[in-house]
Amino acid sequence: MTAAVNAKARAARAKKTRQFVTPEGVDLELRIAGAGLRFGALLVDLLLILAALILFSLFMLWVGIASQSDVAVVVWMLGAFVLRTFWFIGFELGSRAATPGKRLMGIRVVARDGGRLTADAVVARNLIRELELFLPLMMLGVGAAEDTVSGWTMLAGVLWSLTLSLFLLFNRDRMRMGDLIAGTWVVMAERAKLDADIAVDAAGEAMIFTDAELSVYGIFELQELERVLRHRDARAMREVADTIRAKIGRPVAEEDDVFLLSYYRQLKARLERGLLFGKRREDKYASD
Amino acid sequence: MIPPPPPPPRACDAPSFSTSRFRAEREADWLAFDRLLTRLEKKGAKGLSSDELLQLPILYRATLSSLSIARATSLDKALLAHLEALSIRGYFLIYGVRESRWNRLRRFFLTDWPAAVRSVWKETIVIALIILLGALTSYSLVSSNPEWYYNFVDEGMASGRDPRASAEYLQSTLGHGKDAGEGESGLHIFATYLFTHNSRVSILSFALGFAFGVPTMMLEFYQGIGLGAMMAVFAAKGLGGDFGGWLFIHGTTELFAAALSGAAGLRIGTAVVFPGARGRLEAAAAAGRTAGKVMIGVILMLLAAGLLEGFGRQLVTDTMLRYAIGALMLLLWLSYYYIPRRGGAA
Repeated sequence: MTAAVNAKARAARAKKTRQFVTPEGVDLELRIAGAGLRFGALLVDLLLILAALILFSLFMLWVGIASQSDVAVVVWMLGAFVLRTFWFIGFELGSRAATPGKRLMGIRVVARDGGRLTADAVVARNLIRELELFLPLMMLGVGAAEDTVSGWTMLAGVLWSLTLSLFLLFNRDRMRMGDLIAGTWVVMAERAKLDADIAVDAAGEAMIFTDAELSVYGIFELQELERVLRHRDARAMREVADTIRAKIGRPVAEEDDVFLLSYYRQLKARLERGLLFGKRREDKYASD
Repeated sequence: MIPPPPPPPRACDAPSFSTSRFRAEREADWLAFDRLLTRLEKKGAKGLSSDELLQLPILYRATLSSLSIARATSLDKALLAHLEALSIRGYFLIYGVRESRWNRLRRFFLTDWPAAVRSVWKETIVIALIILLGALTSYSLVSSNPEWYYNFVDEGMASGRDPRASAEYLQSTLGHGKDAGEGESGLHIFATYLFTHNSRVSILSFALGFAFGVPTMMLEFYQGIGLGAMMAVFAAKGLGGDFGGWLFIHGTTELFAAALSGAAGLRIGTAVVFPGARGRLEAAAAAGRTAGKVMIGVILMLLAAGLLEGFGRQLVTDTMLRYAIGALMLLLWLSYYYIPRRGGAA
């Protein structure tokens, strides 16, 4: 039952990764960013644009009143246009190829063929955004403004334009219409901090487990254990320690963290030795 | 020959072969690479000394090699995640090195922009014909029966310029009558408004291209319709020449830009329908890049058109001069785009 669930999760993860071989011959395995992250990034960007626009408007209003000239209006209109059209383009042309919203979500734009992300691709993907964002709104606006358009027609229009806007939900690569046309992908680019190596902790030798005791778990369980150890949440550790103790039949004798660290270290050593011999035990359901 | 020193005694406990020692040996490299990347991202290549720049590819390859080893031997998820992220960051910074901003700008104006426009010449002709067809259709319809006018041009846009208006009123809208100089203080606002509005229409007509180009063609046809209907109204009152001049001064630039934006959209549409030997996605991506370049140019052209319309047209009221400026602009664009040049083959 859970074996199937694990296998399914792994398959889902594999479906999200794309082969991406560098000239050095290493497969970097880009992971496609999910729709939720994309939407979150868009929302953050729109909020930032709105905030910038409000500040800019207030400033220009002040300038306009102070100088009594309508040049302020011109600057305001141009500024708003530039802000709206070039916010995404400008940021994505930078070295991190991501708007502030995308940075926050840990995603970035890359060229689908693994080459350089060129300026024209960035421009193309962002001009299409204009359509994706505003067509549904425009449909609503037109429908509301003209009484001649019946509610059903309006609904059909909005639905039709939504299928364009939500295009990324309908393909495996989570490509927007703009990504499709510009030849780009949005992939995960989170920065993982190099965490301390918990396997060299002094506490690791406190207890010795037998091979039989270590053979009950696989890689999936090992990495879950690593996660628990890194978070250092006492309750989670107690729960996990109790589960393991029950499984291998050990009495509650030591502190949870000492027990878990020792077990983690020895399990890791055992599984890594297996790796060296070409044996990869994915989870506890796989044969040892 | 001195025999090589015996290898240092291995720690007797097998577990510590391992990834911990591997990590201890290489960790310094990763951290150094991380620091360099961070500085490169923040300050660009100028933030690094030449020594550090030389170090960069070495550290990059060392990190990639560490990643390969770690994948095969280590089960430390935090370590793997860090190396993956570091390698991806490094790859994009090292292989994504682009020219300086100034060079890129120069190349865009000297070759890329005209080359992109040249490469969509077929689509440009098609769109130009569509606009012309729209204009001719509405012109002939409105000429034969002025009632048609109200179907083509909505009241807000017409603002009184319809078949019932007197010749004097129409004359005044062209900037020849007594109130010609009235709106002068608002000129730049008007120009700016026209620019932003037209840009958005063009972006739309480009963006609609992927739907096999059909909406793009409809939009351009509609633009032609409005034009022809107006033309018919003015021509009926014997003001055809003046209206031509009023339109021509900025219209050559603006309509050219409109045709190009339509052509860019159509290029994407045709690439999706007729991808040729390539896959549909690939063809769309290639077309999208060309179209993207054209679109930057279109926005620049519209900026010029907005200036001509807002300032030029209101300040220059002589019809012949208007024609001359319009023709000059057209000539300028045509020669910029289509005169063959060295190295322009790409």
